[in-house]
Amino acid sequence: MVIAGIQILNTVAGLALISLGLAIIFGMMRVMNFAHGELLMLGAYSVQLAHSSGLNIWISMFVVAPLFVGLVGVVIELLVVRRLYGRMMDTLLATWGLSLFITGLITMIFGNMTRGISTPLGSFEIGGIRESSYKFLIIGVTIVLFAAIYFVLRRTRVGMIARATMDNPSQVAALGVNPGYVYTATFAVGAALSGLAGAVLAPLTGVLPTMGAAYIGKAFITVICGGEAILAGTASAAFLFGTINQVTTITLNPEFGEVALLIGALLMLRLLPAGLSSSFRRKLL
Amino acid sequence: MIGRLSIDGQMLAVVTLSTILLLILPQVFEIDTILQLTLNFSFSILALSLAFVWGYAGIFSFGQAAFFGIGGYAYAATAINLGDSTPAIVAGVLVPTLFAALFGYFVFYARLTKIYVAVITLVMTLILYKFMGQTAKPDYMIGNARLGGYNGIPAVPPINVPGQPHLFAGPDEMFYIAGFSLLAVYVLLRWILGTRFGKVIIGMRENEKRMELLGFDTRLYKLLAFVVAAAVAGFGGVVFTNWNAFIDPHVFQLAFSAQPIIWVMIGGLGTLAGPILGTFILSTLSLELGVQKALDVNLLLGAIFTFFVLLVPQGIIPTVRNLLENREAAASNKTDGTTESRG
Amino acid sequence: MTMLEVKNLRASYGRIPVLHGVDFSVEHGAFIGILGHNGMGKTTLLKTILGQLPASDGEIRLEGRNITRDSAHVRANLGIGYVPQGREIFPRLSVEENLRMGLLRLKGGEAAGRQAFERTLEEFPRLKPLLGRSGGVLSGGEQQILALARSLCGNPKLLMLDEPAEGIQPSIVEEIIEILSGLRDSRSLTLVLVEQKLDFIAALVDSTFVIQRGRITGSIPAGGLADTDVVREFVGFGQS
Repeated sequence: MVIAGIQILNTVAGLALISLGLAIIFGMMRVMNFAHGELLMLGAYSVQLAHSSGLNIWISMFVVAPLFVGLVGVVIELLVVRRLYGRMMDTLLATWGLSLFITGLITMIFGNMTRGISTPLGSFEIGGIRESSYKFLIIGVTIVLFAAIYFVLRRTRVGMIARATMDNPSQVAALGVNPGYVYTATFAVGAALSGLAGAVLAPLTGVLPTMGAAYIGKAFITVICGGEAILAGTASAAFLFGTINQVTTITLNPEFGEVALLIGALLMLRLLPAGLSSSFRRKLL
Repeated sequence: MIGRLSIDGQMLAVVTLSTILLLILPQVFEIDTILQLTLNFSFSILALSLAFVWGYAGIFSFGQAAFFGIGGYAYAATAINLGDSTPAIVAGVLVPTLFAALFGYFVFYARLTKIYVAVITLVMTLILYKFMGQTAKPDYMIGNARLGGYNGIPAVPPINVPGQPHLFAGPDEMFYIAGFSLLAVYVLLRWILGTRFGKVIIGMRENEKRMELLGFDTRLYKLLAFVVAAAVAGFGGVVFTNWNAFIDPHVFQLAFSAQPIIWVMIGGLGTLAGPILGTFILSTLSLELGVQKALDVNLLLGAIFTFFVLLVPQGIIPTVRNLLENREAAASNKTDGTTESRG
Repeated sequence: MTMLEVKNLRASYGRIPVLHGVDFSVEHGAFIGILGHNGMGKTTLLKTILGQLPASDGEIRLEGRNITRDSAHVRANLGIGYVPQGREIFPRLSVEENLRMGLLRLKGGEAAGRQAFERTLEEFPRLKPLLGRSGGVLSGGEQQILALARSLCGNPKLLMLDEPAEGIQPSIVEEIIEILSGLRDSRSLTLVLVEQKLDFIAALVDSTFVIQRGRITGSIPAGGLADTDVVREFVGFGQS
């Protein structure tokens, strides 16, 4: 029973983790980044390469991966996204093109074989069932990241500027701050978080160029169903769908688990087209 | 809702030229090319379905490939069970149509905004992929046809002369069937766009509020456009399954669902000829690029597509059209001898 | 010294040309008004001067410096403050945070910021009890006061206001007039006020330019606004 609870929390955390970067970018810039899966993939490759060259796994995961993918984010924003401000459909398509491009590039450089990273932290046992301790790490990292983003947005100057830009970018410019910088920084942060997510999940998923495709559907659905509130919305959507997914997986099989998640999303969108956030009483972040 | 088949010069020219081409080509080209062209015809029908629902009705649907796939599966299951392709073709069109009617009702009567429609059709496609993928166990059958999970349904009987299953289509016949089907779909869609219904949905794409205020139930029109597009896509799936003699869940995969979007965008959103052109160019390009080993095919396609979105967002046909129009305008200005002052 | 100089300014709203060559200048420390009907180009003029719309031709100079090609945030940092039509405060941010956004372009670090904040609260005591409230729940009048306070926080040299009295209750309008008049001396401010309401303009400004169909067609000197004949001559509408 406890193991099931941990598994559910783990699935929820995983879903929240892969969606956070996308939620920030979509929530703040109204940009549908279809290269999101590839950002996760690049994070996974970062940790795999850094670690196999001898670097400590934790540094690879928590420093190298987000830094590298954050930089990639800056490049993407400056070269592509910036030219398409306000054109949501075109941004979706252009980032889709980028996703193909990046997948192709990585395939060319690193080949098609799956690389692995051994899962650190070993395992533990409850009631005779073994479970990987790594799952706790994933849950912990997700909580810490959400809390950190909340803190930055609510209590720091840059967070305040970011929230103001969400409200009214032209007034932000009229007060002397270049909204372009805010957007680039936001995209970079979203990318870095996605890179981190990909890196953290890499030991469980393996690393290959096309791994992004598995993430993108779920991340998008979680973000859209979460609605306006970047953190609260994503978290609640992750809770809802993660639970549906894992419970169905435990009772039936993993494929049905995925199907259940998707059907749940479909029903939810029909009931609350503006996302879960619209049912919250107060305007949450 | 009765439209006249506008037998204007353009349409007649297109039909005549196409017919001539289709009759000549098998004599000229090798079997490989003929097979490739047949495949492209089926893809073009898929592209036209998206061109109609997105380019003219303004509904961005990620699900056209799904209807394509459903049509293919319906055809396969019916053909295997009944042994005659004629009811199978009907099934291949009817099943996706009914599915789209139900699904569309669910979506459009909730008045979901465009981005949600896009996501929801994406979700639907993913569900189908996951679901069909795990039908590997032998108990998943429609009649005598095993669904086969990720392996799909093999040995699908090809189109035969109605009522005579032993007279079935070979590669040349498939070419004609596919080619003329594409032509028929093109003419049909052109005709629909000329009717009152067609004008309403175009008006809806341009300004939904205005159409509503004029008294049109936009939910119904969206649903109808969506259903028509699904029927067309399903038909494309029938042609495809015939060409392939095989259908599997990869048509429900994200990568394939994105293809018609790419074909339509590059060819020209808002036209019918553009997407056909886009399909042919990209399909051929994929093939050629896939053969060479220097650069990864995804890399090249991705670069081309991003380039197009950034710099040629309207697509090939509209851009060419604009260029020609501008050149005409510039030429006539010169001959006039007057320069217009822009106020 | 000339604070603002606008020469032959042309601008379009999308494809529609709106400004057809605007010429005027504002001296240091002057309070001037720009009067015109809706659709005559008042807001477009302001937005072009502020950098939110691009100029298709002409020149804008701030204290002699050509700012025609500068981005909006650069112009803001050079000392132009803007209170737009419709308030446009940040609804998601608290009143205090709105003010702190206004402090961003102030030079001088923490201490200067704190000082400016305190000073603004003294000038706008109405905001003191509202500091913790979220901007979105304020009334229209309170939002207008906040918008004004926010742009003053950053100590601008030139303040541009677009119809600040529109839709605001008369008591708040009075308050704004009082505050602005007081600020004239205390902050050595130059003011450009765009309005349709004659009485609001008359209470505050020295002279007024009239804008018609994208051009400045005349100016009404100080005291002239009270004279309805003069007004009728220039603008074509009379007010009692």
